[in-house]
Amino acid sequence: MKKRSMYFRMITASLLRRRSRMLVALLSIAIGATVLSGLVTIYYDVPRQMGAQFRNYGANMILTGSDGRFTASDMERSLKEIPMEELVGAAPYRYENVRIHEQPVVGAATDMTGAKAASPFWRVEGEWPASDGQIMVGANVAESFRLKTGDLLTVSYTPEEHVETDNTIDLTITGILDTGGSEEDFVYLTLADMEKLTGEVSAFDVAELSVSAQSDVLSRYAEKIGEAVPAVGAHLVKRVTASETTVLSKLQALVLLVTIVVLALTMICVATTMTAVVAERRKEIGLRKAIGASDRSIIGEFLGESMLLGCIGGVLGAGLGYVFAQQVSLRVFSSEIRFQLLLIPATILVSVLVTGLSSLLPIRSATDVDPALVLKGE
Amino acid sequence: MSLLELKHIYKIYGELHALDDVSLKVEKGEWVSIMGPSGSGKSTMMNIIGCMDKPTKGEVLLDGVDIAKESARNLTAIRRDKIGLIFQQFHLVNYLTAVENVMLAQYYHSMPDEKEAMEALDRVGLADRAKHLPSQLSGGEQQRVCVARALINYPEIILADEPTGNLDEANEEIVVDLFHKLHNEGTTLIVVTHDPEVAEVAQRTLVLRSGKLHKEIVNQNFTGKIHFEDMDTFRKEETQ
Ligand SMILES: Nc1ncnc2c1ncn2[C@@H]1O[C@H](COP(=O)(O)OP(=O)(O)OP(=O)(O)O)[C@@H](O)[C@H]1O
Ligand SMILES: [Mg+2]
Repeated sequence: MKKRSMYFRMITASLLRRRSRMLVALLSIAIGATVLSGLVTIYYDVPRQMGAQFRNYGANMILTGSDGRFTASDMERSLKEIPMEELVGAAPYRYENVRIHEQPVVGAATDMTGAKAASPFWRVEGEWPASDGQIMVGANVAESFRLKTGDLLTVSYTPEEHVETDNTIDLTITGILDTGGSEEDFVYLTLADMEKLTGEVSAFDVAELSVSAQSDVLSRYAEKIGEAVPAVGAHLVKRVTASETTVLSKLQALVLLVTIVVLALTMICVATTMTAVVAERRKEIGLRKAIGASDRSIIGEFLGESMLLGCIGGVLGAGLGYVFAQQVSLRVFSSEIRFQLLLIPATILVSVLVTGLSSLLPIRSATDVDPALVLKGE
Repeated sequence: MSLLELKHIYKIYGELHALDDVSLKVEKGEWVSIMGPSGSGKSTMMNIIGCMDKPTKGEVLLDGVDIAKESARNLTAIRRDKIGLIFQQFHLVNYLTAVENVMLAQYYHSMPDEKEAMEALDRVGLADRAKHLPSQLSGGEQQRVCVARALINYPEIILADEPTGNLDEANEEIVVDLFHKLHNEGTTLIVVTHDPEVAEVAQRTLVLRSGKLHKEIVNQNFTGKIHFEDMDTFRKEETQ
């Protein structure tokens, strides 16, 4: 039989046959590893989770034409620079001066689904326009003209060339928009209705994009758009992105702090447990020394044992940590956590190292035992 | 040259002279008993011979090497290579089976060999208990495992400190029988005991008293299990 197989036979026997003793140590390691891997999972997933939350605050990137308006194909090419799954919503806007009851009003034509996604905080009394022939009016407009949902509204437009004849279109009001901002002074119609009203193909003044990414990534996208589509300039909505970054970094710092505290507590707890485990085995260490074990081989055996224990605890911790992070995520962010696979080997490695290191000290001091003294007892 | 020679050994704890100028020689293959009242320094002497302790003063020559001057690391190596220890309290590793406990001594000495360890257990009559844990063995069986462990590496000397102290008569007899076998194979035996019946079977009995070598009784008729007269007088003295 090889020396090594005897070595493994010994350390596994120690773990398996001293189960109840080892279970306590294993428990403290596994709990530590669970909290640790759970917190790190949350730490890394916070930007994604919060990103989704932040998108409730609306657009964080604006596209404008570098020289007047830009076309639908410019818009399409710009959007290609942003990964599909990160683009929460994109709303192009075309503003025209229209008239209602002979009073000038700003008419905004947009893609309603995109606008709804890019500005989820807009409160609409009634419904968003679902098809052509429908219109949504701002709250101030509705008040000025005493409009309500279901009314038929005639919108007119005066083309620049022939001032005498107005173009008109009749639209049904589906909703009243309440944002608390300048949007309440506008009316919102579909791009197709606007084309019909003006007789001109749509070109956009501005597009609002809601992208689930942090400001550094956003800046990169903006740069790429600027290069790929010269007709379009992309800018970050600093008010939104800056506050997102601040909140995120504060939240991450908090999670990191908690993680470090937990790691320290875990190490203390594991070290205490390992000290107790080693202390109650002073006699065995004395015996091993008496039958000729060198200090080095005793350290090797006990260290191997505690590292094996750390490994088992790490595997348990990685699994339970996922469950823990998932529960926290479901409760706090009400969405599923994204688990980093790399965290499994990392958790195992950390718990092996922590357990090994924290048992090294008690083991080393235990090798100082005088075999003659411990073997004399009782 | 004697296998073991103690020259003017002192072990002093503060005021107390646990060993006080002890000199003795043990030849290769000899079987020596050590007796004496409690606190007379028997275990102290055994620990020094067994390389687990150092004398305050004096020389301990084992195979011509003065172990009193060796480093702790070298003492461990000497203990591993030359000495087999048997204790009163058995001292087995409680989560290893009987055969694994024997293999432990092989493991530290050279190479674990399960077959050889089984043979050693067979010699002490425990082949069928090899897979039992110490807690599943009787005291006598545990002590026999210790004997098997002590002899597995063919040590030059087997040191036994009250090996039968915790055993009943039947088991005591088994262990003493094992000593006979070992002696016949040429192993040097030094056995500390309170039990005159265990002591009297040896070739020589050294009696310690207050750390001094008080008396040496030679068993003139040593052939095996022979009762010798001096023991009777010794018994009387002990009971006084
Ligand atoms: N580490 C120590 N520190 C101080 N005194 C000690 C130490 N070890 C032993 N002694 C003392 O040395 C003396 C001899 O002890 P030793 O253990 O050798 O006795 P013993 O002959 O083996 O006795 P017993 O038959 O009871 O086992 C005792 O008085 C004991 O108190
Ligand atoms: Mg003693």
